[in-house]
Amino acid sequence: MKLKKYYPIVLLAGVLVLIQLLTLITGTAYYLTQLTMAAYYVVVALGLSMVMGYAGQISLGQAGFFAIGGYTTAVLTTFDLTDKISRPFFAFLDKIGLLVHKVTLYGDSIVHLSPWISFILALVLAGVVAYSIGVPVLRLKGHYLGMATMGFGIIIYRIVLGTHIFGEADGISNVPAFPILPGITIGGDFSIRIINYYTAWFFVILAMVLLLNLINSRTGRALRSLHGGEDAADAMGVNTAQYKVKVFVIGAVFAAAAGVFITHYNGGIGPSESSVAKSVRYVAIVAVGGMANLWGVLIMGLFLNFLSLRGLFGVYDDAVFGIILVIIMMFFPDGLFQPASLNRIKRILRGK
Amino acid sequence: MTSEQILQYIFSGITVGSIYALVAIGYNIIYNTTGIINLAQGEFVMLGGMIAYSLSQIMSLVPAVVLAVLITGAVGSLIEIVFIRRMKKSSVLGMIVITIGISIIIREIALLIWDEQIRALRFFTGNEISSIDILGARISPQVLWIVGVTALIVMALYLFFRFTLTGQAMRACSSNTRAAKLCGIRTSRMVNLSFMLAAGIGALGGCLVSPLTQTHYSMGSELAIKGFIVAILGGLGNPMAAVAAGLLLGLIESFSISFLPMVYKDVISILILLVILVLKPSGLFGSRQTSSLKDF
Amino acid sequence: MANDVILKVQNLDKSFGGLHAVDNVTFEVPQGLIKAVIGPNGAGKTTLFNIIAGTFAPDSGLVTLKNKKLTGLKPFQVAELGVFRTFQNLKLSSHMSVLDNVLLGRHVVGTAGFISGMLSLKKSRKEESDAREKVFEILEWLNITEIMKQEVGNLSFGKQRSVELARLLAADPEVLLLDEPAAGLNMHETDELAGLIVKIRDQGRTVLLVEHDMSLVMDISDEIVVLNFGQKIADGTAASVQNDREVIKIYLGGEDD
Repeated sequence: MKLKKYYPIVLLAGVLVLIQLLTLITGTAYYLTQLTMAAYYVVVALGLSMVMGYAGQISLGQAGFFAIGGYTTAVLTTFDLTDKISRPFFAFLDKIGLLVHKVTLYGDSIVHLSPWISFILALVLAGVVAYSIGVPVLRLKGHYLGMATMGFGIIIYRIVLGTHIFGEADGISNVPAFPILPGITIGGDFSIRIINYYTAWFFVILAMVLLLNLINSRTGRALRSLHGGEDAADAMGVNTAQYKVKVFVIGAVFAAAAGVFITHYNGGIGPSESSVAKSVRYVAIVAVGGMANLWGVLIMGLFLNFLSLRGLFGVYDDAVFGIILVIIMMFFPDGLFQPASLNRIKRILRGK
Repeated sequence: MTSEQILQYIFSGITVGSIYALVAIGYNIIYNTTGIINLAQGEFVMLGGMIAYSLSQIMSLVPAVVLAVLITGAVGSLIEIVFIRRMKKSSVLGMIVITIGISIIIREIALLIWDEQIRALRFFTGNEISSIDILGARISPQVLWIVGVTALIVMALYLFFRFTLTGQAMRACSSNTRAAKLCGIRTSRMVNLSFMLAAGIGALGGCLVSPLTQTHYSMGSELAIKGFIVAILGGLGNPMAAVAAGLLLGLIESFSISFLPMVYKDVISILILLVILVLKPSGLFGSRQTSSLKDF
Repeated sequence: MANDVILKVQNLDKSFGGLHAVDNVTFEVPQGLIKAVIGPNGAGKTTLFNIIAGTFAPDSGLVTLKNKKLTGLKPFQVAELGVFRTFQNLKLSSHMSVLDNVLLGRHVVGTAGFISGMLSLKKSRKEESDAREKVFEILEWLNITEIMKQEVGNLSFGKQRSVELARLLAADPEVLLLDEPAAGLNMHETDELAGLIVKIRDQGRTVLLVEHDMSLVMDISDEIVVLNFGQKIADGTAASVQNDREVIKIYLGGEDD
């Protein structure tokens, strides 16, 4: 295993530790909350980067998959099974340890499904939906996927906004924390803020490692060849239809996983997470970062999401991302970190 | 269902369908001259309604509507000059993404100007409670305005594209840009004209429905996707088919309310989109061969 | 020495609207030979290629590879069976390096999938290193090792052609469909190309090529098929075709020497 290629990852880890220590020193530990959430949004963007940058397809519905993840886990872990626990199916689940018994703040005891189950179910659901949309739509030439995914996102939004079980406009709250490993719990409690920060960024690093590995492998190369025209890939024996679907599913699963984690971290989820505006955000981040540039996407994702979460953009949050999208597509279509774009920026700064 | 109810559904379906058709026509006009799908199309409808509303506070209805259409047309033209024209070498994908960004910007500006309140234009004739009895169904006179004006617009467009020099020039641009240029047609002007036209038509639609469905700063995105579905349903690039498809979708949505919760009304349209994309992407009235030769 | 027929084209027919691009064409390609398809512009040569490669289906007719049906298969399936093609206007991934482009050629040879790739499993890594070894060999053989790391989009047309050929060879093809490989090459490059194609044939592969450069065609082809207006006019050894009356008539207008 060539360890040399993992140096940037180690560097990233170092930077993350540095940031955390800085917040400790400067007494701005509350920044960690936004940094944690930004990490999960970055995971969504990384998944989308594969779809857009490598397969060259656009998905305007990543927020929909994010919502599938978040809402699935929210519904399943807040559904009280106390009166059903006597039934054979649930008794069995209880026996094998898949149910969680808890006492709430108010002193009631509730029983709910283990977040591990809802996590797995959420990913499977997202994958199945992505596959069902992807197979028919990706067969078509052109960019129908963009519209189909936008439509899909709107359907999800409408469903969660209008259905009682999803909390309608208020969404779902009181989502319990997710203890993923002994000692590591994903939740909003202040005492575990630091662990959550590192856990979230661990997932980002995991995503980066998986994707960086993929890019330099046989399948990754096939994916990269899709960008800009499938005829070459077809002629060299790549089953382009299948690959496009697979990468789309991967992107969806990444988004759903992030949705699950953020929902447990925040203790809830609302319909705005599935809106088209959110989907546009992810597209903007990928575009700014450079479509196929994973590091660029990571940096811009962290930067933009952090600022947005801190409220820097105020009420114009959505507008900012829209404007960024337009500017990037018009002047820096390869993203900010490509040589052509950097040169352009230099020229502009010098006063043309 | 009683026959009155059926008629009611039909009229409401035709009403909504007409607006979808107008948005779809806008898509087709721009697509025909540039190959771009302009996802900001829905915002033109919103702008038409909003601007007309504001103007109607200080002038009578007719000039307000006319001005609103003209102003929105100018906005469309401006968008083309500022954004689209620079993007010569961009992929179709990039263009679509840009139009999304543009629609967001327009929406936020609208929010700034008109905030989140719902606005409604005055009824063209009568008011909210006036109704006309047609075969037992009670419909607002506004419905007749909507259907009537839409029909007029469609006819006018047909004549325009068929028999006027400018209209034919625009059609020439779509089939073969280079040939059109060689014949002395200023393609950039045609492109600009197509944006102006699409924006104006959308705005007129916005004014027509505003009394009935009201105008809200965020109504653009839903119309954008409904209009897109209709454009695809009729066959991308075919403005006349868009009318038929629009009415069809409007009717389907209208009748779906009778057996589905309202929330799922949109789900049906989007499912229709997916079904069409899978079965016949060239649309109900499109030809397989020509669609396979196009970029989108 | 009679060779077995590896590729058979039978009664192939294809029209586009009013244009009858391929009109009842039948011929055979013996294994291990170089067969050229020639004819004036618009004779239907590229359409023929596209049908064989699976880009589109014929209106009627059959293409078989060693008696296995090719017609109706998708292009990637045709490639999986060992038939690979080049394109007139080069379809390389211009944003990737030469090395990556040629490595893509090894795709059909490997089997490591997404999971294997993401987790960097042993199978995936072994396939990678094996592929790289093979690709280095090919790059050397074609003398393009120095430009290995360069982005393909920045290379000259002639070099890009070499990269496309390298990618093709990386796939270890049984049958190569070369679509106007000499287009845009100067005389010297064309000579090099000729030598290359002969060496490829001598490796035991079969070459079907579409070409306008008559000197190249006459130089290296074992057999020639002549098309005109979608119909087959002549089919046989280079010598017999050269002397065929019909063929001479078609080319009386003056083709390049």
